[in-house]
Amino acid sequence: MNALEVHDLWVRVGDKLILRGVDLALEPGQVHALMGPNGSGKSTLALALAGHPEYQVVKGRAFLEGRDLLALPPYERARAGLFVAFQYPPEVEGVKLREFLRLACGERGKGFCEFQRIFPQALARLKMEDFRDRELNVGFSGGEKKRAELLQLYMLRPKVALLDEPDSGVDVDAMRLIAEVIKEMAAAGTAVLIITHYPRLLEYVPPEKVFVLLDGRIVDHDGPELAWRIGEAGFEVVRK
Amino acid sequence: MKKHGARLSKDFVEQLSWEKNEPAWMREHRLHCLEIFEKLPMPRFGPDLSELDLGDLTYYARPVEPVQSWDELPEELRRTFQALGLPEAEQKALAGLGAQVDSEEVYRSLLEELRAKGVIFTSMEKAVREFPWIQDYFMKIVPPEDNKFAALHGAVWSGGTFIWIPEGVEVEIPLQAYYRMQTEGVGQFEHTLIIAERGSSVHYIEGCSAPRYSRMSLHSGMVEIYAKEEARVRFTTIQNWSKNVYNLNNKRAWAYAGASVDWVSGSLGSKVTMLYPTTVLLGKGARTENLSFTFAQEGMWLDTGARAIHRAPDTTSRLVSRSVVQGRAKSVFRGTVYVAPGARGAKAHVECSTLLLSPEARTETIPILNAENDEVELGHEATVGRVSQEQLFYLMSRGLDESQALSLIVNGFVSPILKEIPLEYAVELRRLLEMSFERAIA
Ligand SMILES: Nc1ncnc2c1ncn2[C@@H]1O[C@H](COP(=O)(O)OP(=O)(O)O)[C@@H](O)[C@H]1O
Ligand SMILES: [Mg+2]
Repeated sequence: MNALEVHDLWVRVGDKLILRGVDLALEPGQVHALMGPNGSGKSTLALALAGHPEYQVVKGRAFLEGRDLLALPPYERARAGLFVAFQYPPEVEGVKLREFLRLACGERGKGFCEFQRIFPQALARLKMEDFRDRELNVGFSGGEKKRAELLQLYMLRPKVALLDEPDSGVDVDAMRLIAEVIKEMAAAGTAVLIITHYPRLLEYVPPEKVFVLLDGRIVDHDGPELAWRIGEAGFEVVRK
Repeated sequence: MKKHGARLSKDFVEQLSWEKNEPAWMREHRLHCLEIFEKLPMPRFGPDLSELDLGDLTYYARPVEPVQSWDELPEELRRTFQALGLPEAEQKALAGLGAQVDSEEVYRSLLEELRAKGVIFTSMEKAVREFPWIQDYFMKIVPPEDNKFAALHGAVWSGGTFIWIPEGVEVEIPLQAYYRMQTEGVGQFEHTLIIAERGSSVHYIEGCSAPRYSRMSLHSGMVEIYAKEEARVRFTTIQNWSKNVYNLNNKRAWAYAGASVDWVSGSLGSKVTMLYPTTVLLGKGARTENLSFTFAQEGMWLDTGARAIHRAPDTTSRLVSRSVVQGRAKSVFRGTVYVAPGARGAKAHVECSTLLLSPEARTETIPILNAENDEVELGHEATVGRVSQEQLFYLMSRGLDESQALSLIVNGFVSPILKEIPLEYAVELRRLLEMSFERAIA
């Protein structure tokens, strides 16, 4: 069974129709990539699947391991095993990263003891030991925010992970680290979708499938070669 | 005296005084206060009080007779106190406990070892009958001329606690009083008088609650604290009145040389609250700290503040407030600091932050800092934050439902204040907060 299936998804924001019939399937344990130029609707797809109230589904269906995703409120989608790493993670003043993750892990069925065990491991894995007592994303640099998203992914062990530009604003060392963590997650069974408009990260984590989103539709999909071709010639290669 | 339907009049006040078997000075005091009450206008600032009908209140109610042990209380009330954790707290965490229902005390206890040290912890009525010298203290800090509700209180007060801590005695664990308004449309007017003699210390905690009725009720208590030289008094109030209660209080302290007075107030309930705990720093080196936490929910107006009046050199004050506003509600914080000409070397700091949880939530900060000499350090900070939909959605996208997400944010915001509250009460406050979110969202 596919971990995530999206059928003919139409999404609008306000009066503006952004996704116009997206079809997508993600397999467990595999890395997939979603590419597309700026403004093509990549983040819209991730946020609509996460249940953001501003992104209204006009039409279409989505299933997480066969479960009707769109019928669930956002937190139930997360509890069911969906994870979205945000392109722009917001800063949440007053909320400690640790407290937040403890609650979130609780909702994924991880008790306090397990949390106590895996939290230091995850901090070490993402080289974020110094962030243990920090407030959630508050004052984090762009790259640190991305690593913190990956830290959350690593802790929550979702079934499906949609990573929205995990590579933007990230230096080379962090890029390698993020790639390693993504591979590790996939190896553990998570279906991963890397959303990016730049093939750089994909060189470190070659995806098994590449989807291209243009004007609100998936216009092409193929193996990793598609990513390299886009890297060389831009999105022109899929436009015709 | 009739238990119900007691209306405000000269006859009523006289009868109340006779029933309580009071000395003549108190009877005269009450009648004097009533006269002033009739002359004074309603408060000219703050919340709308037009729906509060002072002619429609029950000014005295005594639905329950006093008991010696919790078991003797009527079943329903016993269960209420049980649910509030009072008998358990009495065993584990308190040096003494008083409980009042409507106008009269129903239960009181004090640890024997404190009694042996000379600590007095008794009902206000009893103290007025037994100690004539109380006349020199009663409503000397808040005179009836001060405001209409102070005058009303002076005329009809009933219940409350008298505490006297002898010189040098340190009461290590808190004393507590619990106020319950049970009868529909009742007014509760307890009077609390604390005298901490030189070098003594005490922590007093008040809790309050009421079942919800459609008719308005009024709580107008008064607290007067005398912290003599080098004494330390801490006064904590956790207020969770139901949304039909007007909560209009007067709380004021005098701090003598080297004394310290700390007010900690958690206001979570009521329809309208007006509460401005005040410390007059009378002696050199006296200190006061005022920590206020308010949580205004749908339809509420919590008008709170703190006042520090520096009348002596080298006095310090710190007024800190954290407010959370949800739904169509309003919170106002009035932080007032006055420094007299002779109060050289005074230091004052006012800090107020507000967190708005909804677009309709309203808040106002009204600092008044007034120094009449140059050798002072005054500081003031105010911040207003708003929980954004983006923040909420982000937390929800990780599996937290809306009430979990909100209480996580709010807990983080108020934790600096919760740290100052005794652990059990901080836990209780957190629980009340979480309950409110669940209710608000359901
Ligand atoms: N909250 C929003 N309000 C208005 N327009 C939006 C909003 N989110 C996205 N859009 C618009 O939808 C289109 C797709 O945006 P987005 O999904 O962020 O693209 P991508 O992630 O591929 O760069 C853009 O034209 C963008 O301006
Ligand atoms: Mg985007």
